[in-house]
Amino acid sequence: MNPAVNAPAGSGKATRTSVIARLARRPLLLAALLVVIVITVAVYAAPLIAPQSPLQQDILHPFAGPSAAHPLGTDGLGRDILSRLLYGGQPSLTGVAIAVAVFAAVGMAGGILAGYLRGWADRIISPVLDIMLSVPGIIVILAVLAVFNQNIYAAMLVLGLFASANLARVIRSSCIAIREELFVDAARVSGLGPVRIMTRHVLPGLAGLLLVQMSLFAGIALGVQTGLGFLGLGTQPPQPSWGGMVADASQVIQQHPLFLLIPGGVIGVMTIAFGLIGDGLRDLEADRRRMPGSARPGGAAPRGEQPALALPGDPSALLTVRDYSVAFETADGPRTVVDSISFAVLPGEVFGIVGESGSGKTVTALSLLGLLPDSGAVTAGAAWLGGQRISQVPERELLKIRGHEIGLVSQEPMVALDPHYTVGSQLCEVVRRVSGAQGRAAVRARAVELLISVHLPRPDDVMRRYPHQLSGGMLQRAAIALALAGAPRLLIADEPTTALDVTVQSGILDLLRSLREERDMGIIMVTHDLGVVADICDRALVMRDGRIVEQGTVDELFYAPKDPYTRGLIASTPDIARSIGA
Amino acid sequence: MLRIITRRLLLSVPLVLVVSGITFVLESLVPGDPARSLLGVNATPQQYTALRDALHLNEPVIQQYWLYLENVFRGNLGTSIFTDQPVSQVVTSRLPVTLSLVIGATVVAAVVGTLLGVYSATRGRLSRRVVDVLSLVGNALPGFWVALALSAIFAVNLGWFPATGYTSFTQSPQAWLSSLVLPVVALAIGGVALIAKVTRDAMLATLQLDYIRTLRASGVSPRSVIWRHALRNSSLALVTTIGLTMISFLAGAVIIENVFDLPGLGNIVVTATNEHDIPVVQGIALTFAVIVIVVNLLVDIAYGLLNPKVRSS
Repeated sequence: MNPAVNAPAGSGKATRTSVIARLARRPLLLAALLVVIVITVAVYAAPLIAPQSPLQQDILHPFAGPSAAHPLGTDGLGRDILSRLLYGGQPSLTGVAIAVAVFAAVGMAGGILAGYLRGWADRIISPVLDIMLSVPGIIVILAVLAVFNQNIYAAMLVLGLFASANLARVIRSSCIAIREELFVDAARVSGLGPVRIMTRHVLPGLAGLLLVQMSLFAGIALGVQTGLGFLGLGTQPPQPSWGGMVADASQVIQQHPLFLLIPGGVIGVMTIAFGLIGDGLRDLEADRRRMPGSARPGGAAPRGEQPALALPGDPSALLTVRDYSVAFETADGPRTVVDSISFAVLPGEVFGIVGESGSGKTVTALSLLGLLPDSGAVTAGAAWLGGQRISQVPERELLKIRGHEIGLVSQEPMVALDPHYTVGSQLCEVVRRVSGAQGRAAVRARAVELLISVHLPRPDDVMRRYPHQLSGGMLQRAAIALALAGAPRLLIADEPTTALDVTVQSGILDLLRSLREERDMGIIMVTHDLGVVADICDRALVMRDGRIVEQGTVDELFYAPKDPYTRGLIASTPDIARSIGA
Repeated sequence: MLRIITRRLLLSVPLVLVVSGITFVLESLVPGDPARSLLGVNATPQQYTALRDALHLNEPVIQQYWLYLENVFRGNLGTSIFTDQPVSQVVTSRLPVTLSLVIGATVVAAVVGTLLGVYSATRGRLSRRVVDVLSLVGNALPGFWVALALSAIFAVNLGWFPATGYTSFTQSPQAWLSSLVLPVVALAIGGVALIAKVTRDAMLATLQLDYIRTLRASGVSPRSVIWRHALRNSSLALVTTIGLTMISFLAGAVIIENVFDLPGLGNIVVTATNEHDIPVVQGIALTFAVIVIVVNLLVDIAYGLLNPKVRSS
């Protein structure tokens, strides 16, 4: 074996020890495992621990309450309920075990064959799975019970077989994903056969998923098994079964309703335990997968001391941002991604925020609209729009700002509009909300006006289109129209041209420039592209790792950069470097 | 759109064949001999042979199956071995009961599950936890047990609804509704949990999408963002789940109908299984398969209506 193939096996060992450690941190999962183990052991140890035979009757003492001889009392024929419960669990749990074993074996085999080999195997297996999923399994199970003389194990085997189609589908799709992963490529290149690759490298990746599905299915199987017992199918009276005990109790529901609780409770506890094990294992899996990504080093914790915030926003500036920090909650504690930055945007100015990806520029932009993901928050400093504070304010304040005072144009026009509604429908909704227009015709007229103002030809036609029917450039114009509907004082444009063709890019920049002049609107241009900054910005700041490296007018930045990082950026953009003669 | 429907209908042919084939082969393996059990012990050998011929029991299974399919195409599902009632009559008289139950439970589960799911996706952690617990318990308690518990509390103790039995809609709409409340609730509970979970996951994923951010940034109201835009996108996953839930309710109905003694298909199919009444089991299996096909077809159509890309292509 070559080293590339050895690597994952070695790292597998390391994760196994930490699985035990993580297990200890999930008391619910542990408790559920304990419940399943204790009940299972007790059920199979019934001959040793049951007070008496499950069939021994005592007609003189029916429906007796708990006593030393009968810890859970007796049923209508004076039979000991605890003994019946213990013995009755055997067909249930054995049936579940059979169903789960078939479910896992068949589902796993089908899923891996279809997902890993693809091609002919997939073409045969997938339609079979579709049909299996559509067959009403209960009918087949009933037929099997009739054929095999009420043999519950045969029925559970068939249940596992039909349910395995579900597992096979899940396994198939994750198999396709794993297949693309690098280490399998490495194994294939090193000349391992498909069987070996599957058993050594694909299976371990699916193990977690399989365990989750198995425990969830165990709960379903127990429900079906006891349900059949309840219908009087499978285990025949007087032999005890959990479902049969519920049926017995239902006969006397009028006189002794509490009798339902004992067998029902055991079934319920077992099913909940199976469910909890499934959920717990799923969380463990998710933890394991999240680990490598979240282990990113760096990033200071939020600063302990809040800087003095005595100064309110400068009313002459359009936007003032002061000592402003943003942090995200991660598994390893808070991670600061914007670290005490300060800047101001003047009315009618185009202000650039320049940086590489991960520098915190987009986070800064979104935080000004209160649109950070749930895990992110402004942790220090503040932002003002004119004299009005817009950071750390309640959501209802932000609702008056978004669209009305500040508009947003985002990076990917193709996903910036709701694919389920026409452009016109979305534009009209926004117009109705943020502009003064009232009534259908007025709203529509305003929407058309907006589309004309972003230089979209044939606005009536565009209104009728769904987003997928328009080009990227047209969509970006429509998105800008959306942002302009409330006549905002500030437009935040987050990489508005990055996803577009070069020819379309300059058109969008021209549009933004003319809009700024017509509306005397401030624009924050978030970009990684110095060419865009040179083209359209008046002033700009350069960000790196959440901090401001330097800021000034565009001339200052390009002709007299103070920081080596800025110089490096300029040098790495040949067009700019040439045109300024650097 | 039309292509999708055609494809689905073509796929349903093998499904019907598989379902009827499986049940037919299985039922023909049943150890009991219907002719013998019909005639009793005192029949003469001549009577026995005559009946076996009449029931085509001497022919190979595959030929019996072909004969059966031919009859099905003519709308003849055979007659019950035990009651001599035509199977088509058994099915049509009982279908309304099962459909009332299954459709009612699907509507309840879809509405309640969606509301719970949206609520838990958009309001803090506590309500998320509540839905988790609800869905765990809803999934965990076996349907027949929930049904019995409901019956014990609301029918036996409180006397609000009848404990068993069914009144048809044409007899008395009020009594019909009242006889369905408990069965529908009992059947719906498991589905509520699943639908709530799927809705929540889909909503949480959708709320991360760029266009949701665009809409929020443009000043669209939070209510519209959630109910008009985010739920619309989540509705694709939701419709699939509702379809699967409805199919699973068919199996659930077999148990629930027996608990509440509703004269539906699920009730008779258990009896017929115990009596080896092949034509009845066959007819009901076929009916279930057709319901599954119709549900899947409706899901496909809903998919097309919800997704403008499919609709316009």
